[in-house]
Amino acid sequence: MILLQLFFSFVQVGLFSIGGGYAAMPLIQAQVVDAYQWLTMGEFTDLITIAEMTPGPIAINAATFVGIRVAGLGGAVVATLGCIAPSLILVSVLAKLYYKFKGSRGLESVLGCLRPAVVALIAAAGINILINVLFGERGISLAAVDWVGACLFAAAFFALRKFRCNPILVMSLCGAAGLCANLLIG
Amino acid sequence: MGMDKTGAARGRTLWQLFLSTLYISAFTFGGGFVIVTFMKRKFVDELHWIDEKEMLDLTALAQSAPGAIAVNASILVGWRVGGLAGMAVAVLGTILPPMAILTVISFFYAAFAANRYVALALRGMQAGVAAVILDVVFSLGEKVVKERSALSMALMLAAFAATFFFKVNVIYIILTAALIGVGKILYLRRGTKGDRT
Repeated sequence: MILLQLFFSFVQVGLFSIGGGYAAMPLIQAQVVDAYQWLTMGEFTDLITIAEMTPGPIAINAATFVGIRVAGLGGAVVATLGCIAPSLILVSVLAKLYYKFKGSRGLESVLGCLRPAVVALIAAAGINILINVLFGERGISLAAVDWVGACLFAAAFFALRKFRCNPILVMSLCGAAGLCANLLIG
Repeated sequence: MGMDKTGAARGRTLWQLFLSTLYISAFTFGGGFVIVTFMKRKFVDELHWIDEKEMLDLTALAQSAPGAIAVNASILVGWRVGGLAGMAVAVLGTILPPMAILTVISFFYAAFAANRYVALALRGMQAGVAAVILDVVFSLGEKVVKERSALSMALMLAAFAATFFFKVNVIYIILTAALIGVGKILYLRRGTKGDRT
């Protein structure tokens, strides 16, 4: 019974969260805090912090975390399956349609207009992360710049563009260097 | 193209697909666009399984469908590389790392969230993430500029302004760009009635 509730709660999260992680947050809250009281608001805030600090989509993180707390490992599996079920159905239909009509002039025209927009969306996501690295919550000004973050970004960007380094290696080195630099500075 | 018909080669492709998505998912912090840039580096630049335009199309599809972008993108990439089996393998690779990590963390989450060293390392990693995304953006943006199409340039700048400065919902931006594409084909077709595609 509880497993069914978990499953259908996260089906709703998966089905109605259009546009990625931040769109899913209020939906998750509505299900797990307001409707079923599986988590308190404090626990929910912790969950969001953890979800941001760990890899993976927020919705999958939330499903695993809530599932474990409510019904153990089985709960985690059921909640995660619920979360991805709508995607599995809808996106595989989209994939079929895309490969069926790919190459037709109508679809090419639509996609030709979508591609530059997608590049812009990725750019905006990257710049927002960069702003957070450089200024955090302190507001944009020269005095507020986090120089450790700025140097790491510049070094990483150079390594990627000039030497085509492995991005995951670059990212891990940045983490290690950031930790060491901040400990040395104090 | 990773589309070999022999069983062994197909098994190898699926295994490589699983490992790639597992690896990308385990190390990708941040939202869906982050994982999409890592997928582009892996599947387009490194393995050459998917061409660059197709990857952008898949990104647009992943973004417009409901659900987590990372899961949607892995469904699309998996489908492209290995059909239904590819899809299952890619999705599994994408959801296993966050499931395993959250399972462990759920037992001592308060200590983890308050740990100063974890926070410092994560801040450093964010600088790397920003560099990875902007590196991919430079490569993709260069190609759009080289198209020398006024419409593409205008769309790119307008979409950037809309999302970055005006915080317009991403869904509306994608829908608008798609509608402009529909408008364009209707406009081009005016003179050539009966010329079916």
